[in-house]
Amino acid sequence: MSEQVESLIRKEYAAGFHSAIESDTLPPGLNEDTVRFISAQKQEPQWMLDWRLKAFRAWKEMTEPTWAHVHYPQIDFQSISYYSAPKSMKDRPKSLDEVDPELLATYAKLGIPLHEQEALAGVAVDAVFDSVSVVTTFREKLHEAGVIFCPISEAVREYPELVQKYLGSVVPQKDNFYAALNSAVFSDGSFVYIPKGVRCPMELSTYFRINELNTGQFERTLIIADEGSHVSYLEGCTAPMRDENQLHAAVVELVALDDAQIKYSTVQNWYPGDKEGKGGIYNFVTKRGVAHKNARISWTQVETGSAVTWKYPSCVLKGDNSVGEFYSVALTNNFQQADTGTKMIHIGKNTRSTIVAKGISAGRSNSAYRGLVRINPSATGARNYTQCDSLLIGDRCGAHTFPYIENKNSTAVIEHEATTSKVSDDQLFLCQQRGLDAEKAVSMIVNGFCREVFKELPMEFAVEAGKLLEVSLEGSVG
Amino acid sequence: MLEIRELFAKVEGKQILNGLSLNIGPGEVHAIMGPNGSGKSTLGNVLTGREGYEVLSGDVKFKGKDLFELDVEERAREGLFLAFQYPVEIPGVSNMEFLKASVDARRKHLGLPELSSFDFMKLARETTQKVNLDPAFLKRGVNEGFSGGEKKRNEILQMMLLEPSLCILDETDSGLDIDALQVVAAGVNAMRSADRSFIVVTHYQRLLDYIVPDYVHVLAGGKIVRTGDKELAKELEARGYGWLEQEGV
Repeated sequence: MSEQVESLIRKEYAAGFHSAIESDTLPPGLNEDTVRFISAQKQEPQWMLDWRLKAFRAWKEMTEPTWAHVHYPQIDFQSISYYSAPKSMKDRPKSLDEVDPELLATYAKLGIPLHEQEALAGVAVDAVFDSVSVVTTFREKLHEAGVIFCPISEAVREYPELVQKYLGSVVPQKDNFYAALNSAVFSDGSFVYIPKGVRCPMELSTYFRINELNTGQFERTLIIADEGSHVSYLEGCTAPMRDENQLHAAVVELVALDDAQIKYSTVQNWYPGDKEGKGGIYNFVTKRGVAHKNARISWTQVETGSAVTWKYPSCVLKGDNSVGEFYSVALTNNFQQADTGTKMIHIGKNTRSTIVAKGISAGRSNSAYRGLVRINPSATGARNYTQCDSLLIGDRCGAHTFPYIENKNSTAVIEHEATTSKVSDDQLFLCQQRGLDAEKAVSMIVNGFCREVFKELPMEFAVEAGKLLEVSLEGSVG
Repeated sequence: MLEIRELFAKVEGKQILNGLSLNIGPGEVHAIMGPNGSGKSTLGNVLTGREGYEVLSGDVKFKGKDLFELDVEERAREGLFLAFQYPVEIPGVSNMEFLKASVDARRKHLGLPELSSFDFMKLARETTQKVNLDPAFLKRGVNEGFSGGEKKRNEILQMMLLEPSLCILDETDSGLDIDALQVVAAGVNAMRSADRSFIVVTHYQRLLDYIVPDYVHVLAGGKIVRTGDKELAKELEARGYGWLEQEGV
């Protein structure tokens, strides 16, 4: 194994950095040489390699967590390839004719324009449609505002002082098993820096970073909002992403300095597996933000994809008067499993947090809400409001709620509300008696159930998220 | 409009309708009265195709079509409307959205273009005033947190917007105070026309003071045991149902 890696590394050095990238894919396996190879491919400085190695050594000592309410076969981490160069144009589908028709049918239902479909499905198009100009004007506008938005691999080289200061400051290398793995082998991801007092002139979306669409299974994102700045970041897209990788372990770190605001919205629609529960992505993600004085961090997520989801976007409310929010819709159908929720850690005085989590289970799927609200002794006057609602469709699915509350300050006010309901036959009948077909009726009822969360999403995203639920629920009634 | 011949049906293993026959012509209003458990609500549920209501035999023609060949939503789009006795809540789905989707489905079936959001909103606002509901109700979730009377008026609102051919009012008067009852009745009366028929299911003669029926039927034991005009309703109010059973009809 290590010999193979070594030979690859040698070949890499001999050939020079750029040209080698085109053709190289590491054979399966993970050891220190793998980490060195990835770092070398990215032309990283020594400190970055050291950081990765530290993470790798920690990971070797760690064991995979088993507490989540999900079941899947044991993952053999030595059977995974940890570096796959971006697909060359000749390996990609030449046109949409070569793409899975079922995937295309879904794109059509979602109303995704043709050229976007090509990008999503990974079709080899040389200059990606006319969005090249869109991207250029977009970059110029951001540049004028002083906003940095680039691949994290580029940031490591171009803005080392920012990356060194903040990378791992929110999610340390040893934070958990998957975060450690990600820290060791992360492939790429986004880097965002908003300067002091700047309101980012547009919503940042990964969609505009077309060159990074194929970031692979270990994505790393770092967003820094300097004092008094604002940013809204959209992750993912509403169409199912074509991806061959089974395991995804991403890390997202948010740093909101004094008086800053970060709004992070996700629509996750990775391949969920087929109707029999075969295949699909394992999505094990660590997302966390630190809010300094008077800062606000808001997570909004719509999770409808992946076979197994394990994800808890969290807020560390470190500064006084800081605010954390979590709005979530998690929908599971067929054999999907989701264990998702949030952690709100109250440290500063008068910190406030709001959690609104909506779980929808259909088919034979299982979804769980798992949340922690911790009020530290220092957090005088802290407040939390939690609402988690579950909606069941049919009688073979499950919904579970695991709320944890740790309060160490007697001035705290903590509220928790939870409901479980079913899409009732009476509701369905009312809709049908008014002329709606059953599928339209269910999607309308489910959208109504999610309304409080959807209204937190940026406008176009909310519309697409509604359509996405409709598509994800197909075949769940009748 | 509607021809029911020898209809037998069961619910939860129990036979409720036992050979019911009824003819309803266009523009007619038929009241159906009868003791508890006689099958009044079952009739509405069987006609609209609610799950769990099983037709054993008999046939029903609605505007010349075999009703049982149609799905629940197809019957609705054809113009069969049921005003529910207990309207259910759909939290988070705005009344406006729900009404527009319903009206669009019906219009599409009739080959008419969808109404623009603007036109629909105008129409919906005007109609809420006819049933004495604040237009603010359009923005609230379907029946969400509505009082009993508001729910019933919301049913009439839906009926007015959908302009059905045959309306079945299932004990719409139950739980209504006299003011709300008058609003509901006025709504129904305003809808009466030569090509629209009504089946008014009720326990009490009171409603029929406001919605004057062409025919009154007494349903007992799953079939119609007597048919008369509005005077029959008054007689029932005075004498109850016992005398009919004693006459052995």
